[in-house]
Amino acid sequence: MKRDLLLFIAFALLIMVAPHFFHGGYLMNVLVFVGINTMLAIALNLLLGYAGQISLGHAGFFGLGAYISGVLTTTYALNPWSAMPLAALVVGCLAYLIGFPILKLKGHYLAMATLGLGIIIYIVFNETVDLTGGPSGLSGIPNLEVAGVVFDSDVKNYYLIWGVTLAVMLFSLNLANSRIGRALRAVHDSEVAAQVLGVNSRVLKVQIFALSAVISSLAGSLYAHTMTFVSPASFGFNFSIEVLTMVVIGGLGSIYGSFLGAALLTLLPEFLRGANDYDIIIYGALLMIMVMFMPGGLVRGIPALYRKIFKQKGEGDNA
Amino acid sequence: MQFDQILQYSLSGLSTGAIYALIGIGFSIIYNATGIINFAQGEFVMLGGLVTLSCLELLQLPLWAAIPCAVAVCTVIGVLFERLAIRPLRQPTPINLVIITIGGSILIRGLAMLVWGKDTHAIPPFSGDTPIAIGGATILPQHLWILAITLIIIIFNKLYFYHTISGKAMRACSYNRRAAGLVGIDVRRMVLFSFIISSAMGAVAGIIVAPLTMTAYDVGVMLGLKGFCAAIIGGMSSGISTVIGGLLLGILESLGAGLISSGYKDAIAFIILLLILFLRPQGLFGKADSERV
Repeated sequence: MKRDLLLFIAFALLIMVAPHFFHGGYLMNVLVFVGINTMLAIALNLLLGYAGQISLGHAGFFGLGAYISGVLTTTYALNPWSAMPLAALVVGCLAYLIGFPILKLKGHYLAMATLGLGIIIYIVFNETVDLTGGPSGLSGIPNLEVAGVVFDSDVKNYYLIWGVTLAVMLFSLNLANSRIGRALRAVHDSEVAAQVLGVNSRVLKVQIFALSAVISSLAGSLYAHTMTFVSPASFGFNFSIEVLTMVVIGGLGSIYGSFLGAALLTLLPEFLRGANDYDIIIYGALLMIMVMFMPGGLVRGIPALYRKIFKQKGEGDNA
Repeated sequence: MQFDQILQYSLSGLSTGAIYALIGIGFSIIYNATGIINFAQGEFVMLGGLVTLSCLELLQLPLWAAIPCAVAVCTVIGVLFERLAIRPLRQPTPINLVIITIGGSILIRGLAMLVWGKDTHAIPPFSGDTPIAIGGATILPQHLWILAITLIIIIFNKLYFYHTISGKAMRACSYNRRAAGLVGIDVRRMVLFSFIISSAMGAVAGIIVAPLTMTAYDVGVMLGLKGFCAAIIGGMSSGISTVIGGLLLGILESLGAGLISSGYKDAIAFIILLLILFLRPQGLFGKADSERV
């Protein structure tokens, strides 16, 4: 426990001092996205990695958070600080209600149902032009403000986003190591066995689904207030797949893995500038390679690989 | 006037419905043989249309030769997919299978984008485009081609599954894979067969629909999902109930787009999908099955 806390503090310190090493404004902007994507990956990981329930519709919850925040603060001129929790509340309630029928489904069926849900939400963003501005998007969303300080620069946004992301991480790490986390893992391994041991798996799955949606919505609201512009294209099926790729690459059931996956997949396109649209091929290949050769993700795969190489070398020396 | 409109929408819905039915049967065949929902199913539909296009334009083949050629190419890709992605999987849990078939579908789509670019392509209709009047509505010759080819494929499918040894063996696999293995059926070969049949069927669906709707590297996603929706309505059967599911979906979608709002056309299919999954996960016509643990 103490080691976990030390690890987290070290990680948080690293994140907090990181901006001092990057003077370029653009990279800061990318790192803001790493933070938002880390939140999303953690949200999906709680559901997929811990409870073993897949969702291919998380971009929908992310988008709902962004749009509810965006519409409330522009059209209805609400303060962003009240719009964000309101958005999270609405998305949480929605996920809770839809969670009961949807999480009765398993495996492939659950994947398809959540995918369908995500696409329906995406279509609604596009079609409710009066409310959301339709395909051309919604602009003029205000920045967040604390005591006169407006979060309008990349450096300020970095601290804002990463402050929240670290809080989400700490919360998730605690949750994973708590009674609830153990119950979730039990549901993952065998739902029937978990039920026999007194875990109310039906309600637990719905609760974690709603929590996951709330974190996604929060990430969406923060995205809207830092970008000041949202359009449906950011919340389509492809983005759900991107988040899924982050979780799988980093490692299912590992909070730091989600950060690793999010960082890797957010930075990757920056290094593949020339390949602009073709990065989707790389996502596809990465997904397949990871599932085939490193099902535990990078957080487990790299140490295993290291041990393997090290051990083989050791044996070679003996012989 | 109103009646004519409804007739028109229903007729055009019928042919898109036939396409959904073909794709849906492809989903069901693989699901029944392996327990896998192949998320890459739609990509074979896309490949069918685009490979035909290349056969016509690059190789200058006549249409009657281009079609079997394209089906053959897609089938080979289907076999490669099974061999390289599905079979080597060390932990074939449902989530891993979902992720790997999604990965495969993204990869195939991305490669198609590399090969054919992002433009929308047209394939010439099989026999002209003079509209045919039926009652107060008109249809295109291509609609008839779609319905006829779908019907022929369904009949062949039925003959294969009920009157040949390998068809019966595949049905045995879908009832119980282990028991099928015990009576000497090579289950892994049947898995390969299921991928062959469904990638070929997907390709045919993609070819016959392309003259009507045009084709591009990304048409596979929506067509695949709607095919899946048809299969869900039909209770994942590889027979007539999935066909009815597809036709029903096609007609409802076409009526919804025409009479309610064309913007929400795609949403209709997914709302039906969710409703069926929530209320009757065994399909519209199926009996409830108790879950095995």
